[in-house]
Amino acid sequence: MKNRDRMQLAEWAIDYAAECGAAQSSVAISNSRNIEIEFRDKKLEKLKESTQNSLYLQVYTKKRYSGHSTNDLRKEELKKFVEEAVAATKYLSEDEFRSLPDSKYYPSEEDFKRDLKLLDKSYEKVNSENRVKMASEIEEAAMSVSDLIISATAGYYDSYYETTRVHSNGLKAETSGTSFSAGAEVTVKDKDGGRPEDWFYAGTRFINELPSPEILGKTAAKRALQKIGQKKIESGKYVMLVENRTSSRLLSLFNQAMSARAIQQKSSFLDGMLGKKIANEKLTVIDNPFLEKGLGSRFFDGEGIAAKKRTVIEKGILNNYYIDYYYGKKLGWEPTSGSASNILLEYGSKSFEQMIKELERAIVVNGFIGGNSNSTTGDFSFGIVGLLVEKGEIVQPINEMNISGNALELWDKLVEVGNDPYPYSSYRIPSLLFEGANFSGI
Amino acid sequence: MAHKISRRKFIENSSKGLAAAAFIPYFLGGDITKAFGMQTGVDMKLQDYYNHFGISEKIIREVISEALSRGGDYCDLYFQHAIRNYIGLEDKAVNRAYSDIAFGVGIRVLKGDQTGYSFTEEITPKAMKLAAQTAANIADASKRVSAVELKLRKIPDYYPIQTPWESISIDKKIPYLQTINDKVFSEDSRVIKSNIWFTNETSYILIVTSEGVVAFDNQPMGQISVSVTAEQNGKREQNYFDLSGRRGIEFFTPANIDRLAKESVKRTLALFDAVKPEAGEMEVVLAAGSSGILLHEAIGHGMEADFNRKDVSIFADKINKPVAEKFVSIVDDATNPNIRGSINIDDEGNPTESTYLVENGILKSYLHDRISAQHYKVKPTGNGRRESFRHMPQPRMRNTYMLPGPHKKDEIIASVKKGIFAEAFTNGQVFIGAGDFTFYVKSGFLIEDGKLTKPIKDVNIIGNGPQVLKDIVMVADDMEMAEGGWTCGKNGQGVPVSMGLPTVKVSKITVGGVKS
Repeated sequence: MKNRDRMQLAEWAIDYAAECGAAQSSVAISNSRNIEIEFRDKKLEKLKESTQNSLYLQVYTKKRYSGHSTNDLRKEELKKFVEEAVAATKYLSEDEFRSLPDSKYYPSEEDFKRDLKLLDKSYEKVNSENRVKMASEIEEAAMSVSDLIISATAGYYDSYYETTRVHSNGLKAETSGTSFSAGAEVTVKDKDGGRPEDWFYAGTRFINELPSPEILGKTAAKRALQKIGQKKIESGKYVMLVENRTSSRLLSLFNQAMSARAIQQKSSFLDGMLGKKIANEKLTVIDNPFLEKGLGSRFFDGEGIAAKKRTVIEKGILNNYYIDYYYGKKLGWEPTSGSASNILLEYGSKSFEQMIKELERAIVVNGFIGGNSNSTTGDFSFGIVGLLVEKGEIVQPINEMNISGNALELWDKLVEVGNDPYPYSSYRIPSLLFEGANFSGI
Repeated sequence: MAHKISRRKFIENSSKGLAAAAFIPYFLGGDITKAFGMQTGVDMKLQDYYNHFGISEKIIREVISEALSRGGDYCDLYFQHAIRNYIGLEDKAVNRAYSDIAFGVGIRVLKGDQTGYSFTEEITPKAMKLAAQTAANIADASKRVSAVELKLRKIPDYYPIQTPWESISIDKKIPYLQTINDKVFSEDSRVIKSNIWFTNETSYILIVTSEGVVAFDNQPMGQISVSVTAEQNGKREQNYFDLSGRRGIEFFTPANIDRLAKESVKRTLALFDAVKPEAGEMEVVLAAGSSGILLHEAIGHGMEADFNRKDVSIFADKINKPVAEKFVSIVDDATNPNIRGSINIDDEGNPTESTYLVENGILKSYLHDRISAQHYKVKPTGNGRRESFRHMPQPRMRNTYMLPGPHKKDEIIASVKKGIFAEAFTNGQVFIGAGDFTFYVKSGFLIEDGKLTKPIKDVNIIGNGPQVLKDIVMVADDMEMAEGGWTCGKNGQGVPVSMGLPTVKVSKITVGGVKS
């Protein structure tokens, strides 16, 4: 579907919703083409390719609200769809806080002039042969590393999308973008029948920023091999170094609690903490929607509110809540944005390897497994895998242990921030060093 | 925009996510039958399904022919029309409703154990043939296949319901939420907030295979989830309770409405006095019911046959070996009446059954999809499932539970000197190669000298699958199935499941607490 057709359809839907009785409405239409390739055992294991459509309509009729999505974009079906959407609000209670954002919050024409570099034009030139070749080379590279490898599954995925968004009170926007992802999952042979596995995947907006197939395959294999002999050790308090690839999980302990919704619903441990210390002063967190090629980059958020760069946590002090328009209204607060874009830290000076060398005795966590946290209290308990380090050297791979504690207590004990933001995520978190984390094992 | 990286195998209760999300995917209210001019539910016959999707046998044959034209040995077509609705209550008002409609066909072509897949949301001959050609590219020869005779597969009816959800308009559902909300607030003055969601789904599926199998099914799902926040002496706690199943609205009886209100409040209030257990290995007693999550993670995923034929599961070489005590039997079952994970037919058109994973302590059978059943030269077990027409099937669980054993609940608790009693859970995960698995205990109790003492909360438990199976030392006779809205995730696809367990004792497993 072309941009113009999509825009016309969106504008028609808005008009028709008004005809049916909606005071306000919003429409988002997206089309995407997605390709997935998996390669294993020297052959193509999976090949998947499709185009996907969706239309999401929100209607506000006399302050009653509902939201509806469909993938059937035929005009006759959409007529019924819009009629049903408006009819659906008839029995709901009025909600004085529900409306589209005031148009003053939308991005301006100037805002849209930024080049966020979301779209890799060379996507059009990528063909089946390239894709399959890359996946096959990744598998070959992985398998070449050791005889202890039982299996390697290499994957390559890419996606192209176009989205049109129209709000009845003035927003009209079109965005498009690409994403690419490639890597492998590798299983190796451990004694006693164990078959530890690990993975390495890179995700980017531009295909030429993917690491080479050789790096992707070999890294996945080496990570899996490093797990051979893994075991659990004694429970206790340990210094903990969390690898950049997985450290975002600890930062996400704050996510839900920072939302206006959790605060309004009285289930946030960060309620009343704006301007107060919630972490060690070494933590400064920035939400930046304008990072070129960023995986979370955008001009506006899910409600159409113009994106802004913000400092979320400044030297340990909570500086920002994630306030969407609706819960902002319920609280009587100005909206910021209800969701994060790209998350960066103020980075330190040492690499992961340097930080390991300085450890006297510590556990390096390089993966989480299961676990959960409580956004009302800040308590958490997570399964982990990692490495035991003594005197700067890796002694032993570790598994089958948990870390438990409370978010505020943990983040107070942040000792060092690495210089190595993880590049393949919208959460560009570096490796992080903490004192006194509670590990449970034997 | 999404790039699938994670191949996580996990399970979650959807209610905990619902309580948290401000933006929720879509579900509707209103009598859809009028909107679509369609017949509903169990009255429909094969021709009705063809009409519903706007297809004919002739078109199907042409698409199959296209799909196999490059040398694939098998193909299947999976048509789906799924209608989902959510209505929500917050701050005492039912003031939000969402809906989602999904309509399309997925076309899969197999060549040996290689899979080509494409889907289209336009069910027209042109679009279907294009998708078939795309999927056909997994093979690379040229072939003409002769037309095969299509024969309807008769299927059982594990989830009869009184009234199809599409016939129940939103105004009929709203009073349920309001009643529960009133009961929640009158239950205890410490309650300060409550969020309640009523969700339902109907999925019409039609499967046609190149081997001539035709099958159709109508799959309902109904759920009410209640989240409660309470405050005491300046401290706040939140918890939830939900009921979900392949049920109609008749399931939400006054007794069940009462349970939803009372249990959600009770579980929330229990958290105020909760302590953290010690860290480390200890005896763990699992309450009957949703603690079946232990099985789902410890053995369920590891027994999915795709992992085993690729030799990447820790159970890959253990068939017919003893893995647990003789009184331990574990099944994965599609046939439990109206239970969330039941299916009348799997998503490859294969008949379903109750499959023994472990029988009297011996590892018996993997959970197969078509590819794995052929690899191992066994009958398919009906475990080939997919999230939707947009996804290819893979071995998945259904209802995974342990059969009753020889012990009694009271004797089990009395046998524990120092341990925990785990009652309510939110999620779990497993690494099937190493066998590490975890599940998160939202609430439970300490056991001290054979008695339940202080409540505990927010504790992750981690162990090794085969080791924990060996360490199941007592199994009571009080098996219960989980009743919540559990969703299992694997390779980016979620499917509804359930699980069950009698009261069980594990002699040692690592509990995430704090070492004193």
